[in-house]
This record gives sequence, structure tokens and C-alpha cells, in this order.
Amino acid sequence: MTTGVDEVLLRRLAPDVLGVLVRRGADFAAAEDAVQDALVEAVRVWPDGPPRDPKGWVITVAWRKFLDAARADTARRRREDAADGEPAPGPAPAVDDTLWLYFLCAHPSLTPSSAVALTLRAVGGLTTRQIARAYLVPEATMAQRISRAKRTVAGVRFDRPGDVATVLRVLYLVFNEGYSGDVDLAAEAIRLTRRLAAAVDHPEVAGLLALMLLHHARRAARTAPDGGLVPLAEQDRSRWDTAAIAEGVAILQAALARDRLGEYQAQAAIAALHADAPAAEETDWVQIVEWYDELARLNASPVVLLNRAVAVGEADGPRAGLAALAELDAALPRRTAAAAYLHERAGDLETAARLYAEAAEKAPNLAERVHLTRQAARLNTS
Amino acid sequence: MAKYLLLKHYRGAPASVNDVPMDRWTPGEITAHVQYMADFADRLKETGEFVGETALAPEGTFVRYDGEGRPPVTDGPFAETKDLIAGWMVIDVDGYDRAVELAGELSAAPGAGGRPIHEWLELRPFLTVPPTIGE
Repeated sequence: MTTGVDEVLLRRLAPDVLGVLVRRGADFAAAEDAVQDALVEAVRVWPDGPPRDPKGWVITVAWRKFLDAARADTARRRREDAADGEPAPGPAPAVDDTLWLYFLCAHPSLTPSSAVALTLRAVGGLTTRQIARAYLVPEATMAQRISRAKRTVAGVRFDRPGDVATVLRVLYLVFNEGYSGDVDLAAEAIRLTRRLAAAVDHPEVAGLLALMLLHHARRAARTAPDGGLVPLAEQDRSRWDTAAIAEGVAILQAALARDRLGEYQAQAAIAALHADAPAAEETDWVQIVEWYDELARLNASPVVLLNRAVAVGEADGPRAGLAALAELDAALPRRTAAAAYLHERAGDLETAARLYAEAAEKAPNLAERVHLTRQAARLNTS
Repeated sequence: MAKYLLLKHYRGAPASVNDVPMDRWTPGEITAHVQYMADFADRLKETGEFVGETALAPEGTFVRYDGEGRPPVTDGPFAETKDLIAGWMVIDVDGYDRAVELAGELSAAPGAGGRPIHEWLELRPFLTVPPTIGE
């Protein structure tokens, strides 16, 4: 989808139109295909004369596509003697259309990668090709993943809202593991989370939206011109997006005021404290450690405890950080990198250089490996 | 959502349990083996976990730069080189456990006597892009 058509507008229509078709009695999988076909047709036809009522246009075309496919399918089914001929009931009216779609696409019966793919297509209105490019797999593979996901949730009915936490996990994945391609997945995750926040009143939805905005704000400063990773402490903070930070902080404050703390709000609070520091040296590490303590009370995951140890190292000195680190499993990813950093701060450069090199070997991604190798090289050659 | 490379070795991996060279199998056993490999790839295409695969010829050439204005130097193959890759497959799965499960399935491809080869496959994770949320 490109040129001449407001792609974001079209994509925003996708879940609405899908909801309309399903309410009219179309089953989810067929309705979703029909909406995709209608979007493709819009991209083809609209440049010549965009409709005055875009949503009405897409609904009409999608419904026609659905009926065409259903007729073809009926003819085929007669031959195949299919058993599942009963009409699928629409979603229960108790749940808002868009919300229902989010819950369906993040259903616990789906694997994380299937839930991500289905959410991007059905809620995000992205094409299979765009999703495949974003995740660097062949289009046929992504098409299979999506159609299997649709089959998996085919029988799911909601008579009450699902667990919003499952939806948030999917959106978090889209944001945090966004790859390349012609679609900005981080921006897409923010768009989808914004829409979810408008549909459901939940402090953790707001917390995740704030978390995304606060991290997205640093994006320009995160990457060096050569593609290398710039760690938080070394980022040029004048390049942070102050509007995104202000919005994230405001959303977070409103969420925290409701006194129903959750993991995303706590993570966003930590990001907000970093955003609040005009320079790395002015970071309020004592407060950050307190937030990590809150986070550990909610979910004492190894990653949280590792990040907490690093924060303790900043607040109470590298020896304290190393002591906190000593209590954690040696096999934990990034533990060696954290130990290298704390040893360097403690003045033990030889150990630090050795640990940086060791951490580089274990790094799960290229940018981190290059960064850690450079740290080792810096100490070895100075 | 993690990509893994499955590497099959001509040489360099520990010996298989059913370690009979392919030219000593019956033609029927070879057919069954090839079919198993094709079915395996098809199954992964259907589950949406397949990225790509290629079989490689055993002969290779080492090449290196030899300075400005000179043609590259070629050499080899070197018999003493420890590793010899026979082919690769890239999969995109939800995590390490699934990757191990699939590698185990692939290793069960039938060989001599129609019994699984129990071949050692090497599983290597891709380096990815760093996650956005770091702290």
C-alpha cells in the first residue's frame, strides 16, 4: 500500500469494518480476508477519485467481497461435504467491537508470534507482505502463520471481555522486537495501544502507552550514524523527543493517580525518571532503585533483578551493585555485561576488559556485541 | 519469534548413531530419506515457521584478497579443515525449546535399514536487533 492514498486512514478503518462484517454474521476468518481485499481495492481505485465516505465505501466493498467468496466457498463445500456448515454467531454485544478484536487476536491459545501477526493484520490493517517483510520471513510463511492463527481462534466466543494483560503482552512484543521493513512497527504498536487505551479504561494500558512513548522519544539518539548502539548514558539528550516525553509523563501520572500499580506503570516510571534527567549524571538513581523494588514485588523476574543491580550500582556505588549482582544466576543474559560495567566503575579495569570480551561473545544481538567488543578494546588499548 | 540456523555437516559433527554412508543404503532407503526431508520442510511451511533452506556441494574453494590490482587468491579445498557444511535450514520459531524440538525431528530422518540416522545437527541462534526497551 503506497502512493496517493492515506494509508493510515485506511488501516484505521480495518478493525471497524471487520467488526461490522462480523456483526452482520460473517465468520471472522472470511470477514478478515474480505476486509484485506477491500483495502487492496481502495489503494487501487481511490487515487482516481476518493469516496466522500471512505468507511461506507470500504464496508460496501468488503461485504461484496465476503459474499463473492462465500458463494464460491458454498459451491466448493458442496463437493467437499463439509461438516462445519452452521453459521457463526457474531460477537456478543457486551464487548465493544474493536476491543473484541484485540482480545481475539491475542487469545491465549495462540503462540506469541501468531498473536503478533494476527493483531498486525486484523487490528492494524497491515498486509501479509508488510508483516512478512517486517519480521524477515517469506510472505508464504507469514500467510500460513496468519491463516493457522485464524483457524485456531475460529471457535472463540466472548461473552465478556478477555484478560487485557494478554493483549498488552502482544503489543509490548510488537514494540520491543520491532524489526525493519517498510512499516515502522514501534509507531504501529503505539498507534494500536493508543486505540486500545481509548476503548478500555485500564491503568496498565495507559502504563504501557506511557512506556512506549517514553522509549520511542529516545529513538533518534539511540543509534549512531554507523548503526551502532548508543547506550542511555551516552545519548545526546537534546535529540530526545520532548513532546513524546511530555505526553508519556502526563499519561503515566494520570494512571499512577488511580493507585492500581502494575508492571507497565512501574517500568514507565523508571523511563520517566531517565527522561527527567537533563544529563546522565543528574539521574535520580535512588528513586529508580525504589521503582525497581516495586517492580520486583510485582514480578521478580531475572531481568528486573539484573536491572535493579545496575541501578543499585549507580545509587550506592559499584561495590553495592556487584553485591546485588552476586545473588543472581550466572547464566542470566547480560549479567556479564553488567558485571563488566560495574568492575570498570570500581576501578578494576583488567577484570572489566575480560568480562566485556566475554559478554560480547554471549550478546544476543549484533549491536550489543559490537558495543561490548568496543568497550573491551577501549580498556585493552588505553 | 527467534530465528535459528540448522546446520547439517558432511564432516565435523560427532558420529551419528546409525552411521552408514549414504552410498551403502538401498535406493529405496535413499528415496525414503529424501521424502522425509521434503515432508519436514513442507510441514514447517504450513506451520509458518519456515524461512529457507539450501543443500551445499561438498567441494568448496577458499578465496582471499591479495592486494590492490591483483586477482583474489584461491586455494583448497583443505582436507584438514574440521568442518564441512552439507546444508542449512533457517526456521523462525517462538523460542529455543521449539527449535530443539524441530532439530530433533529433522535428526530422526531415516537412513540405513529405514531406521532414524540420529544425526547430530548444529543449532545456531541468529543475532538479532536489540530490543527497544533496555532498562
